[in-house]
Amino acid sequence: MPSDQDSPAKTSFPRIRPAGVDGFLVSFGDKLSEPANRAALAFRDAVERETIAGVEEASTSLVSVYLRIDPVSVGHQVIANGLSRLLERADWYAAELPANRKFWRIPTVFGTELAPQLDEAAKMAGMTPDAALAMLSSARVRVQTIGFAPGMPYLGLLPEAWDIPRQSGLTPKVPVGALAVAIRQFVLFGVESPTGWRHVGQTAFRSFQPEAETPFPLRPGDEVVFESVSREAFEAMKTDPTGGAVSEAIK
Amino acid sequence: MSRVLRVLEAGPGVTVQDLGRPGYLSVGLSRGGAVDRLAILEGAALLGQGPLATLEMAGYGGSFEAGEDMRIALAGAPMDARIDGEALQWNACYLLRAGTRLSIRGVRSGSYGYLGLGGGIETPEVLGARSAHLAAGLGRRVEEGDVLPVGTDPHLERHGLGLAVEDRFTGGPVRFVPGPQTEFFAEEEIARFCDTAFRRDPKASRMAVRLNPEGSGFASAAGLSVLSEVIVPGDIQITGDGAPYVLLAECQTTGGYPRIGSVLPSDLPKVAQAPVGAEVRFQFVRLEEALAIETRARAEHDRLAGKVAPRIRDPHEMRDLLGYQLIGGVTAGRDEES
Repeated sequence: MPSDQDSPAKTSFPRIRPAGVDGFLVSFGDKLSEPANRAALAFRDAVERETIAGVEEASTSLVSVYLRIDPVSVGHQVIANGLSRLLERADWYAAELPANRKFWRIPTVFGTELAPQLDEAAKMAGMTPDAALAMLSSARVRVQTIGFAPGMPYLGLLPEAWDIPRQSGLTPKVPVGALAVAIRQFVLFGVESPTGWRHVGQTAFRSFQPEAETPFPLRPGDEVVFESVSREAFEAMKTDPTGGAVSEAIK
Repeated sequence: MSRVLRVLEAGPGVTVQDLGRPGYLSVGLSRGGAVDRLAILEGAALLGQGPLATLEMAGYGGSFEAGEDMRIALAGAPMDARIDGEALQWNACYLLRAGTRLSIRGVRSGSYGYLGLGGGIETPEVLGARSAHLAAGLGRRVEEGDVLPVGTDPHLERHGLGLAVEDRFTGGPVRFVPGPQTEFFAEEEIARFCDTAFRRDPKASRMAVRLNPEGSGFASAAGLSVLSEVIVPGDIQITGDGAPYVLLAECQTTGGYPRIGSVLPSDLPKVAQAPVGAEVRFQFVRLEEALAIETRARAEHDRLAGKVAPRIRDPHEMRDLLGYQLIGGVTAGRDEES
């Protein structure tokens, strides 16, 4: 899929800009694209490895890297120079995906009263509910970033048909484990939340397991299929925080 | 005798807070911790210890009893506080004797009061901190009947001290810097933002404070199609109806609303503490100026310990003294708590 048209114009990206007094934002694009997402993930990993003076923490959004900094100890310009030098060292848009990725299969009930917006979303995507279920439950999507709530993944990209907008009004509340869709992405809710995304599936997966050895099971770069299961199978998995999910290393 | 603080009664917004959990942004967990970080530092200075876990009390405190003698520090929004009925000064530390009752009632100004303890609260650490992060499902509110373990205190004799604190509990001017999304807003819109008086909405939480503009709300060219981006405490999000929300300690880590700028970290306690209805205005400052302000604020934090001094005119500590004076036929007017 990467093509010249997908690559953000090098004249404007990547950009380094202050984000508040104690942060910088390094942006690799202004819309979601596969190369920009890879660039953000790879650049953040590099910042973690390199230790740039004044940088205290790095995290990604879909196409950018946020750096929490200590500008009182090390000035903005010095930190920006350090980031610039690292940016120039590689073609981040062509970077490999993170190492040690996993492939997850997460059991999901699509539709029913557990996930009441499947029919509506299918209609927006121009297909029958059955076709939507078949497509969504077989799509192998990648964790593009973790954010909003602890461990909560944004996953994509779904096929073109799923480039549907968020709804104008908010759904007052979706439960933990809700799988929702918009703009060719899934989000898998880690907390009960209001949302503009359409609730098409329900899992028993908890993206944040504070007491577990691995409190944040999903990592950027991991791949996921939300496999369709029956309501009965789902009920049996509800007490397991992993919600019946299984994972294997991607080699 | 045991080194615990018993909670006999608790307001609806009492939680254990420290300086939070930095370092988990990349996995979607915001730092959390006290919404008024300065209050944690002030409490620590009063007790002569590090920024240990403290009780944060939104609007109203509760009643507490010490299992053995322990020191307490009162910081943040001033509240009506008494030990066995005897009124206490705020921004001060005291000895709370075993079996006596500390009652902390409503705020007099501001929103969040803090009760620090010599040795700190020692509930179990989760992911490196004791802070409750309710939005993330970490920890819970403190409730009636809770028994909070308290750490050992090497300075039990060091009390009767106070700290002069600048008022940050009534709203006022708040400084902010531009950010990556400021360019989504037209210059006239930013100018109008800086000319507008806002009042703190009753809707507020540890995640954000909503401010209602006098006049119409604010709009950006980007509308609501902004790609979800990293958000941090201090960011000023303009939501669908045009009212700004200033994000606080427990905010989410990504958001899709455009942000007009970010409040300076050293002014954020003022936003968090602004009581309902208080007027808040935004002042745009350049990054260089903001850095100079933050540098001075850091130096002030380092000086807090040196500013702690013996309290004067304190009825609680004067109880015995007053007794002697009365015997001598001299009456002493009780100072009103201010």
